[in-house]
Amino acid sequence: MKGTQDHAALAEAFNKDEDRVDWHDGALWWIRQKRDRSANQTPQWEELREAASAIKSNVISNLHDYLLQFEENLKRNGVKVYWAADAEEHNQIIYKILSEKNINQMVKSKSMLTEECHLNEYLAERGIDVINSDLGEYIQQIDNEPPSHIVLPCIHKKKEEIGELFHEHLGTEKGLSDPTLLTRVARKHLRNVFMTRRAALTGVNFAVAETGEYVVCTNEGNADMGAHLCEVQIASMGLEKIVPERKHLGVFLRLLARSAIGQPITIYSSHFRKPRPGQEMHLVLVDKGRSALLARPDFRDSLKCIKCGGCMNTCPVYRKSGGLSYHNTISGPIGAILAPNLDMKKHADLPFASTLCGSCSNVCPVKIPIHDQLYKWRQVIVKEGYSASRKTFSMKAMALTLSSPEIYKTAGKTGRWILNHAPFAINNKFNPWYKQREMPDSPKQSFGEWYAKNGSKS
Amino acid sequence: MKIGLFIPCYVNQLYPNAAIATLELLQKLGADVSYPSKQTCCGQPMANSGYEHLTQSCNDLFIENFSGFDYVVAPSASCVLHIKDHLHSHADEKAAASIRGKIYELVEFLTDVLKIEKLDACFPHKVGLHQSCHGLRGLHLAQMSELVAPDFSKPKQLLNMVQGLELTELDRVDECCGFGGLFCIAEEAVSVKMGKDRITDHTKHGAEYITSPDLSCLMHMEGILQRNNSKVKIIHIAEILNCSSIKA
Repeated sequence: MKGTQDHAALAEAFNKDEDRVDWHDGALWWIRQKRDRSANQTPQWEELREAASAIKSNVISNLHDYLLQFEENLKRNGVKVYWAADAEEHNQIIYKILSEKNINQMVKSKSMLTEECHLNEYLAERGIDVINSDLGEYIQQIDNEPPSHIVLPCIHKKKEEIGELFHEHLGTEKGLSDPTLLTRVARKHLRNVFMTRRAALTGVNFAVAETGEYVVCTNEGNADMGAHLCEVQIASMGLEKIVPERKHLGVFLRLLARSAIGQPITIYSSHFRKPRPGQEMHLVLVDKGRSALLARPDFRDSLKCIKCGGCMNTCPVYRKSGGLSYHNTISGPIGAILAPNLDMKKHADLPFASTLCGSCSNVCPVKIPIHDQLYKWRQVIVKEGYSASRKTFSMKAMALTLSSPEIYKTAGKTGRWILNHAPFAINNKFNPWYKQREMPDSPKQSFGEWYAKNGSKS
Repeated sequence: MKIGLFIPCYVNQLYPNAAIATLELLQKLGADVSYPSKQTCCGQPMANSGYEHLTQSCNDLFIENFSGFDYVVAPSASCVLHIKDHLHSHADEKAAASIRGKIYELVEFLTDVLKIEKLDACFPHKVGLHQSCHGLRGLHLAQMSELVAPDFSKPKQLLNMVQGLELTELDRVDECCGFGGLFCIAEEAVSVKMGKDRITDHTKHGAEYITSPDLSCLMHMEGILQRNNSKVKIIHIAEILNCSSIKA
């Protein structure tokens, strides 16, 4: 982590290299365009979004019942079920499962939740080695850096940089940056990992309450490699991943990959239901702030998120500031509305890292009104005292000025006079506007003044 | 039909010509327009910064100024959206609700209320249209590129009535310019980069002017254009629609 810098400071640092910003912006915009093409080729796209949103409304309104139904069915299928209130409890449970089997190596795939819980670090401290097997996650892991995007974890890295990392960690030839060749090297390395790990952990994309099965969507097949070869299979899932019935999967599977990267469906949509003979299956249901979010009526719709990352790809602020500037496992617009619920002080800057342009809400496959929630989080953050006192002071001064026509007129006149007669008072390095922008030209009279003289004549 | 002209604070102080054009245009189209002189601001700068709770006296003043009209019209999509979404009153919520329902941004007032089909305007220039996000995704002045839905554009509908005007293309038809209210100060680096990229999209397609139903976006882009000594100018859509052949 880069310490305590806020989004604006980290984004400014990212913008020091404009060519890189253009490259990053272009890569993500290309994905947004793929998403648009894919959406436009799908009959009843908007109806699908509406259906997905409605199904998830039902889920979060009846979460208690669905979770119990899911648990009952899991148990019936022979899966061991655990409930974890927070990251600490989740990590303890995983550690206990592994240590009881004397397992000190695990392969992991497709789990942002365990990233959020810092599971790898927790297990490493206790002598258990974890390897992330999704290629992007794997690259981030060997670079000891968090993911910058929930679907494309190393989208901020150029292929040459990845080549350098592989040279350093996997002994590839110096200067090798061909993506196909690098992928082959990673594949070979991971093959060995899959063959030798007795335990595999995956995340969960969808958990079907009706049947007790869960679905993991990947393009690389790595979740399956891990799960099929291990003797202990573990799944960690957030409480909100429920869908009521199997038939509802059709709605979500059509939306997920199209929204994420413009692909009709992920290469693998693997359904896991019961352990093979001789295998154990464990599933951990994790709260970690979800029930607190459920208790916030203005924000509970964010529990509908299916983690497609579409809002990140479309967000101009995300594209031009990079995922790591959000200093949170889940970055971008969705991260900015999820993070304050977990730690408002630490993430007080994130809802302000947006122009409220609203593009995120329009691409969201489950129709979370993301930009409205950003606006609402701002109100909560200020009310709970997490904004700078300097800002509060200037806002109060502004409110006073704007609620009095007389003070407003004088202030406007004074402001324009300064722009005309003493521009140095405004055009200086203390004014962030002026750093890369000229101040507007200042007219001699305001419209109000003009209207007082000419209004009746016109 | 009595129309109250709402001229947002920064337009009043910094862009009076856009306000005059709005007034003249509405009058030309036969509307009975007047400007309540005690108006100030919609309160959006505070509210978007998280201080909506400080906007009550602004709201009360707004209601006081505009309750007596059949319609309220403003040449600023963003301010209109703010009023539509957030104007409330402890004292008289009915009056607040009434204003929320009768406030219109200029373009939509021309296309949806006055339903104009032709304009006596001439602007022989290449013009790029900047869709302000609040106008687009808030007021639905045009179809949004993210949605799978039929195309339409109220600003284009009007600009196409202007003689001599040539609309230029964009690679990204409705990307945000990065103004974002206080975002332009708090997130200066990203804000300017977004603005620069929007401008480049317009200039590479040959725009001589960038127009919009929102001056706040234009003010931000103007600042960048002027810093870089660009010949490209910004102009509010009202000034184009009000432009006679002599003026152009």
